[in-house]
This record gives sequence, C-alpha cells and structure tokens, in this order.
Amino acid sequence: MLDIQKIRQDFPILGEVVNGKPLVYFDNAATTQKPLPVLNALARYYEHYNANIHRGIHSLAEKATSAFEASRFKIQSFMNAARVEEIIFTYGTTDGINLVAQSYGRKFLKEGDEIIISTMEHHSNIVPWQMLCEEKGCVLRVIPINDAGELLMDEFEGMLSEKTKLVSVVHVSNALGTINPVAEIIEKAHAVGAKVLIDGAQASSHITIDVQALDCDFYVFSLHKLYGPTGMGVLYGKKEVLDAMPPYRGGGEMIKEVTFAKTTYNDLPYKFEAGTPNIADVVAAHNALEYVETLGKEQIAAYEHELLVYGTEALSSIEGLRLVGTAKEKVSVISFVMEGIHPEDIGVILDQQGIAVRTGHHCTQPLMQRLGIVGTSRASFAVYNTKEEIDKLVVGLERVKKMLS
Amino acid sequence: MTINEKQDELIEDFDLFDEQLDKTQYIIDLGKKLPPIDEAYKTDDNLIRGCQSKVWLHCEIRDNLVHFEADSEPTAQISKGLVSLLIKVLSDEKPEDIAAAQLYFIEKIGMSNIITSRRAGGLASMIARMKEFAQSQIVPN
Repeated sequence: MLDIQKIRQDFPILGEVVNGKPLVYFDNAATTQKPLPVLNALARYYEHYNANIHRGIHSLAEKATSAFEASRFKIQSFMNAARVEEIIFTYGTTDGINLVAQSYGRKFLKEGDEIIISTMEHHSNIVPWQMLCEEKGCVLRVIPINDAGELLMDEFEGMLSEKTKLVSVVHVSNALGTINPVAEIIEKAHAVGAKVLIDGAQASSHITIDVQALDCDFYVFSLHKLYGPTGMGVLYGKKEVLDAMPPYRGGGEMIKEVTFAKTTYNDLPYKFEAGTPNIADVVAAHNALEYVETLGKEQIAAYEHELLVYGTEALSSIEGLRLVGTAKEKVSVISFVMEGIHPEDIGVILDQQGIAVRTGHHCTQPLMQRLGIVGTSRASFAVYNTKEEIDKLVVGLERVKKMLS
Repeated sequence: MTINEKQDELIEDFDLFDEQLDKTQYIIDLGKKLPPIDEAYKTDDNLIRGCQSKVWLHCEIRDNLVHFEADSEPTAQISKGLVSLLIKVLSDEKPEDIAAAQLYFIEKIGMSNIITSRRAGGLASMIARMKEFAQSQIVPN
C-alpha cells in the first residue's frame, strides 16, 4: 500500500496556498508536479557539474556526459526498448511527432499514401500530419469513435489497405482518459505493411510501456507528465526504421565529419540530436523515473484507479453534471460538462476555491466537434491526490452551481 | 456622473466584499441585470475577437452620446458580468471622454484573477472596440 501522505511530502508545491485556500491540484494531465528528488537533481546538476556534453575532455564534461547517457539507459529499460540507441531525446511529445513527420514522412510517404489517426487526437497528432499531407499530397483518414469515447475498431479495419503507410494514434486520450487498444491497432496496421506511431503523452504516467511487446515502430512521450522536468521528451523508434530516416535538424553533435563539400552524419541516436541538448532536464528525468519505479508503477495505477472510481461516483452524484468520456478502459481523467454553465466559469470559480482543473477544448477541437460541445472541465488525478481532495471538488462544484443558478 | 466617478463607485462597491468568491458572485449578479440586446445586433461584425465565449457589442450614437449594448452567450455568466461593468462605466458618455478614459477600476476591484490571461485578450479587444468607435465619433472642432 502506498503511503499517500508521505508521498505528498515529496512534492513541496502541494503545500502552496492558492487564493487563500490549500492547493488542490487536479490538472495532472496537463503536467504533473515534481518530487524533491527531481528538484534536487536539477539543482545538483547546475551546482556541481554543469558542462556541455560529449566533446569536452575535462572532468565536469565527463560527469555531465555520463549522467546524460545514464538517463538514456534508464529510459531504455523504462520502456523496454531493445537497444539504447533507439532512445532519441526530444523537447517533448509534439517535438517527437514532428520529427517523425518531417523525417520519416517526407522521405517515405508520397502522393496518394494514407495516414490514419483518430478522432480523439491532440492537435499535436493532427497538425504535423496535415502539414505533411499538404506537402506530399497524402490523405489523412480518421478513425471514428462512439459516444462513450471509444474507437470504432471495425471502421479502423475497414480503412486499412495497401495505401495505408502510417497509423498514428494516441495511447490514452488526454480529454477523455480512454485507453485505446494500441496492441491490436499495431498488429492490424502491420498486417498491411504500415508503420505505427503511438502518442504516449498521457499513457506514460499511468500504464507500463513495453515497446517490444507492443511492437510499435515509434513511441513518443514527455517527461513533464511523468513527474519529470518540462522541455524534455522521448522518441523511441525501431533501430532499422530510425537508421533509414534522414536527419531532420542540422547542426553540431549530429555529424561525423563536416567539410564544405560534404557532411557525413553521426550514428543513432546522435544524428537526431543536433545542438546542445536539454542536459539538466535529461539528467533529472532519471530521478523522475526512479521515483516512479520506487513507488511501483502498478501500485500507482491501482491507486489512481481507486481515485477514478471514487471520483466518477462522487461527480455523478451532482445534479446537472454529465461525464464526457465513459469508456470501459480509462485512466484517472474525468471530463465533464454542467448544464447551462460555461466550462471557463467552472474553472474560475473552482480556482477561487484553490482547486486547479483544466477547462476548454484540451487541444482536441475535432473531438469536441464530434461530441457536440465547446469544451469540458477536466479533473485528472495523480498519485499524490486524495479522496478528501475529490470531496472538496464536489463541494466546489456545488458552489459553482449555486453561484450561477 | 463622469467615467471616473463611476469607476470610483464600483471600486467602493467591491470594497464591501472580503472574499473573492463574493466579488465574483457580485459580478455574476450584475451580468444578470444587463438588459438583453436585440437579436439583430448579434452579428459576426459585432462579435468581439479573442473571447473564449461569444460576446457581441453594439455601438451607436444617442443624443450626441455613445451608447453601448452588449451580451454574451447565455452560459458565459462571468464574461457577461465583466461586460456589464464596462457598459456601466463607458456607456452614454461623450465620445472624447470615452476615447481618453483611463480604466483603472478593473485592477482596483481586485478581480485580476478572474481576468485570466485567456480572458484578458477578449476584454482588451472589447475596450479597444469601444474606444475605437468613440474615437470615430469625435467631431473635429
């Protein structure tokens, strides 16, 4: 059993007072808070061994390089990648998707090829493909969903053909919390020879990721949603796929040799990591993963599920509140609308009670259009949240209703 | 009452409340009292850009004064309340006074946290639209 009160002590920000009330932080799907081991690692790096990596021969550079590369090994084991060079550091999930679109997409996709995404994608898994389609004349196809917010898998199967070159879907929906059957999607896409990218931004903190078991070609996520620093993400790619891809950004670090006549590129993973990387945040990512592993990913998932069940029941008891996203398989995200009340007003009045939720379209405008709403309010839970906090949310929402009725 | 007198009165009114939530409640209640505008004025041209929720502003001249009417989509009650404050302060004033007005009440009523960064843009464009109209109505001497 996790000791939640003890875990809360690891997150100094949870002691903040907001608008005169103790902070209740329910915006974890946007970004999680950071535990002391991560904060301390950042300070330690800058205080004791900040140096540019790989090329320096002095001691600090050596220490920084080895901490930076140790994070790569940590992430390799975290997602069970076969090889360490399959782990590319990015600035986040969006950056990883753009890398694949611009490098793999521009090299291997041509006019008439089809890319399949789903209705519940974040804009970051829509727009990069639209840009590619515009440039290359590819066709974007979209897997529909049912009213509960689940993918219509029969429709997906019907879309697959020899024209399908890439399938890029979200593992867990940020707006609804739906867990998609990605293993099945990958298998079916592979059967027609398509490559598959999984957007794991929301999944990585809730679900154990095993890229070899999934057999996906690409998997992307951000560390800041996983108790780690902002501005740091991961692109996993199968070695043979990454090897076939051209570099996407040019600069230092990604080269073997540069002459004005010709430049040869570095090997994986460096050919995709031009310029000085986000060293401190990569280093501290190690501590974030270690923290999660110490608590135990399965224990975290079990506790978050408990919060989800408790929260779903508690919020359902509020008259006039309707849950949006009622998939059978969900992570601890509860989206809802309240009759006659604008989501932004809910957000403002909860904030004045110290409760942080997300309101709006959650960067999923096409999904909101499909659901026929302008937006939702979303409470998303992390391991440090409690049932008492959910009770405060219920009281807060009753207050919202009272004020606006 | 001049624009500044109206601002000062609002500041005094809001000073009566200690709690943010009570101030918000007051804004919501003021919004509810805002007279509805003619459906004919809810045009695309009258929509204020940059608002999260839909807000329409109609401007006209009545007896040499600038008269404003505005409304928001019915569910956006806080927006409506904020809109009603602007109407209260700026409507039925001389064009030159509106164009020159310094709006200090928004900060002074202590509602800056209600005007989130997302809402600030909408509010700013509403003020800009009001001043622009007023400016266009100033009769040169």
